[in-house]
Amino acid sequence: MDDVTALTATTLAADVRAGRRSARAITDAFLDRIAATDGAIGAYLAVDADGARAAADAIDAARARGEPLGPLAGVPVGVKDVIVTRDLVTTAASKILAGWRPPYDATAVARLRAAGAVVLGKLNCDEFAMGSTGEQSAWRATANPWDLARVPGGSSSGSAAAMAVRAAALTLGTDTGGSIRQPAAFCGVVGLKPTYGRVSRWGAIAYASSLDQIGPLAATVADAALALEVIGGHDPRDATSIAAPAPPLTAALDRGVRGLRVGLPREYLPDDLDADVAAAVARARAILADAGATIVDVSLPHTRYALPAYYVIAPAEAASNLARYDGVRFGARAKDPADLDALYARTRGEGFGAEVIRRIMIGTYVLRAGSYDAYYRQAQQVRALVRRDFDRAFADVDCVLAPVAPTPAWLAGATPTPLDMYRADVFTLACNLAGLPGLAVPCGATAAGLPLGVQLMGRPLDEATLCAAGQVIERATGPAPRAPWPPREAP
Amino acid sequence: MTVLSRAEVDELAHLARLAIDDATRERLRGELGAILAHVAMLGEVDTAGVEPMTHAVAMTLGLRDDVPGPTLPVEVATGGAAVVADGGFVVPAVIRE
Repeated sequence: MDDVTALTATTLAADVRAGRRSARAITDAFLDRIAATDGAIGAYLAVDADGARAAADAIDAARARGEPLGPLAGVPVGVKDVIVTRDLVTTAASKILAGWRPPYDATAVARLRAAGAVVLGKLNCDEFAMGSTGEQSAWRATANPWDLARVPGGSSSGSAAAMAVRAAALTLGTDTGGSIRQPAAFCGVVGLKPTYGRVSRWGAIAYASSLDQIGPLAATVADAALALEVIGGHDPRDATSIAAPAPPLTAALDRGVRGLRVGLPREYLPDDLDADVAAAVARARAILADAGATIVDVSLPHTRYALPAYYVIAPAEAASNLARYDGVRFGARAKDPADLDALYARTRGEGFGAEVIRRIMIGTYVLRAGSYDAYYRQAQQVRALVRRDFDRAFADVDCVLAPVAPTPAWLAGATPTPLDMYRADVFTLACNLAGLPGLAVPCGATAAGLPLGVQLMGRPLDEATLCAAGQVIERATGPAPRAPWPPREAP
Repeated sequence: MTVLSRAEVDELAHLARLAIDDATRERLRGELGAILAHVAMLGEVDTAGVEPMTHAVAMTLGLRDDVPGPTLPVEVATGGAAVVADGGFVVPAVIRE
């Protein structure tokens, strides 16, 4: 039988434009796929079946009238719940935004729609994108489709899990410290964190504004490149969006890696690195070398300080950004507060989950007058040194190859302390601190069948090199398979 | 293991406008202490003369042209609030007799 949900976004859009398939038939197939899988996976927080069918019908009607169709015509997409969608419930996976229907679309969502994409619904995540496992969602934890007892990674847990089981043809996530790349690696899909400023943050619910970036998760590198072409580019409504045109990425996909210099940072390959993860990096290294790249050892000496710098800067920005949830303008509101202070404090205490409260408290601590210089200013100086490390490396190499996470997906409930969870972000944070693009691409699996990924990081605005190199790895390892459904029994 | 005092946690909770119960306060004393002890390793780095990096993109934020554009109607802008009256957000009384 023709299984539409197994096809790439690139193929689906081409089929719709050529009239080989209707957008409606594709959308119905993906809605069926969600109905079959999502009870067990928990990738979706809201499914907008009526809206999706109406959007698909509009695409088919436009084609029938002979109108030109966009590059994502009829492609069903899922959107992380921290990205606002007009009239479609958006909660950031937090009780404090329960039932909130935003009055506008995020720029990235508006651009997807304008390109013909069909929004299926909102995807689960860690609350306000704070977490690395998906378990911090206020609503439910998302399961890893490859082994339901394991976490899908986070914070874009639903975006990655939905892609793995193809309950969407393309998804949007956000990446503040690895939240696109790490779940992509855990779930065996492609995740692209664009250069800071490449994609407008208008309508992205802010966590840490100097680090947050929207990006795609996809079945293939080509799909991720196509999605970034659509959502990238300057937006006057985000003052930090870079005034550079959307990158012509798909045209650069096939240029290969011959002559490319790929750095292997020794700080990302510690002696105690998980053997499967180390093997995946070695495999990718060999693939790139065979394809004509030169592999060069490089050093990023401040790597070990990226983790503490991030866990000062991000909570500080979060403490400021999340001040807006006060029970007054939107979302939940405490019942019968005695006064205004009680309204604020009780709404927030009741509405935020444990991880969000921890980060707000840490952020408040490091921004206090007495600790500002020792923590916040010092972290910003270390951030400059992290960036300087990359600038020096990129004087010699075109991109660097590294692990995404220190291990494959771990068992749900297996992170005993918050600090343990933070340490799992050790290989993804520096990319955000430095504002660089990063690509997670599947590269094999463990003996037990858990996906493994590798990470490529590049110069600012040079997503093209990452996509070209990522596609070389993808072609050599074979396209990432769909997670089997029904799921295998856990070994 | 570093543990914050109850008073320190209470002060942070007040500054952040977070009402927390006793059990949460006790849990946070250890959790926040452990996180702060970890990030204190930043102090090992010699940052003398290093300009703090506030942002990934070096840019000067410019001003937009002062041109009127479309805005949300009041009823849409206030549509997500729990309590609204006469086109405004309602809060408990701030000024008392």
